[in-house]
Amino acid sequence: MKYIDEYRNKEKILSLSAQIKKISTKKVRLMEVCGGHTMAIQRFGIPDLLPETVELVSGPGCPVCVTSRSYIDKAIAYSKLPNIIITTYGDLIRVPGSTSSLDKEKAKGANIRIVYSVLDALKIAQDNPDKKIVFLGIGFETTAPGSAAGIIKAQMAGLFNFSVFSAHKIMPPPMAALIDEGVDIQGYIGPGHVSSITGSHIFDFIPAKYGLGVVISGFEPLDLMQSIYMLVNQYETKSPAVEIQYSRAVKPEGNIKALEMLDEVFLMRDDWWRGLGILANSGLGINEKYASFDAEKQFEVEVEILKEDKGCICGTILKGISKPSDCKLFGKACTPAEPVGACMVSNEGACAAHYKYSRE
Amino acid sequence: MCLSVPAKIESIENDMAVCSVGGATYRASLLMLDMNELAIGDYVLLHTGFAIQKISKEDAEETLKLFDEFEDFNEILDEEERISGRRIV
Ligand code: SF4
Repeated sequence: MKYIDEYRNKEKILSLSAQIKKISTKKVRLMEVCGGHTMAIQRFGIPDLLPETVELVSGPGCPVCVTSRSYIDKAIAYSKLPNIIITTYGDLIRVPGSTSSLDKEKAKGANIRIVYSVLDALKIAQDNPDKKIVFLGIGFETTAPGSAAGIIKAQMAGLFNFSVFSAHKIMPPPMAALIDEGVDIQGYIGPGHVSSITGSHIFDFIPAKYGLGVVISGFEPLDLMQSIYMLVNQYETKSPAVEIQYSRAVKPEGNIKALEMLDEVFLMRDDWWRGLGILANSGLGINEKYASFDAEKQFEVEVEILKEDKGCICGTILKGISKPSDCKLFGKACTPAEPVGACMVSNEGACAAHYKYSRE
Repeated sequence: MCLSVPAKIESIENDMAVCSVGGATYRASLLMLDMNELAIGDYVLLHTGFAIQKISKEDAEETLKLFDEFEDFNEILDEEERISGRRIV
């Protein structure tokens, strides 16, 4: 068992496709809230395997896409401080800020380094005791424990030249906000790797309060097709529930150790989401105990005036209201090589996934 | 960045493991898992340098088996529908 090939069996996928066609009688719109799913769905051509009654829409689950432009602007402002090294995941580097990007600043000589893990950033802090290292912490519950672990390790090692600029966010609030806003969806393909950490219970309120189903899905085509089958079945039989399709990696209780680390370091706070605005208790800030590792408390910077791009409809795409092809700039002024909006930058962004894999 | 991949543990030293994905090897921190439950040859989900969850072989097999059962079940239903000429699901 390699946990990949087994889930790409073509006959099984086609058979599931036939079964979905068979049970689906009513129109249903299902939203995937994880950027990894957006990418997998496009890559494996899942929409082509579904009947006309079943429509998939992307949601707010690409961390780079929902991150505010002012976050980028502030990271750029940090990069201009003396003796500073900015460390970041590669995804963020080309995201446009108001007038620049981390990539452009790097080309101009700013000390900005791409890392694969927060652990690499800690190593840089260790090797450069005379420099201050800021790690750009973005991502949801899957990624946030890594930043927490980094801070805890830095504390233990006495690496006080290390800090995190947190834009970490949590998934349930935007999922609730979308339904509250009346976005037309009947079920959620639940985020698999977020749920590896959080467990499945954080979604219990969705069927309970809103009557919508959530099926936590894996990332292979068979996983996705099976999850869609389960959601269509829930919808047709009017029995919304939280179900785990991805049981090989998701336990109902989640990863307790990782959750404890989140609790130890972070504090819930209101946060801004592209398309949705400010949502209560949807972000993770660093708590008082670890204030000396909080870049926002360590450095004062002046940030340029926010300038949003006109014409980019990323916000409504993240809400499942528009599709990338509805954007006038898509594939013309906005391409992965020259992205106008964040949704075209990250591999997990709906516009980038659509551009890369769409056979239209 | 959000990508997490199933990776096989090749060796363990303190709280770090060397894991393989396809042909490539990566170092992974095991800080978020219970070390007592990990052995060489196990698969873990690798995310930004951390093993975030052990992949359960039993559950993986169960998912695939469930699928087979459900395929069989659908064939039975198909057959019943053919015989009765009536839509069941
Ligand atoms: S195609 Fe580009 S400009 Fe249009 S919504 Fe997507 S990211 Fe924004």
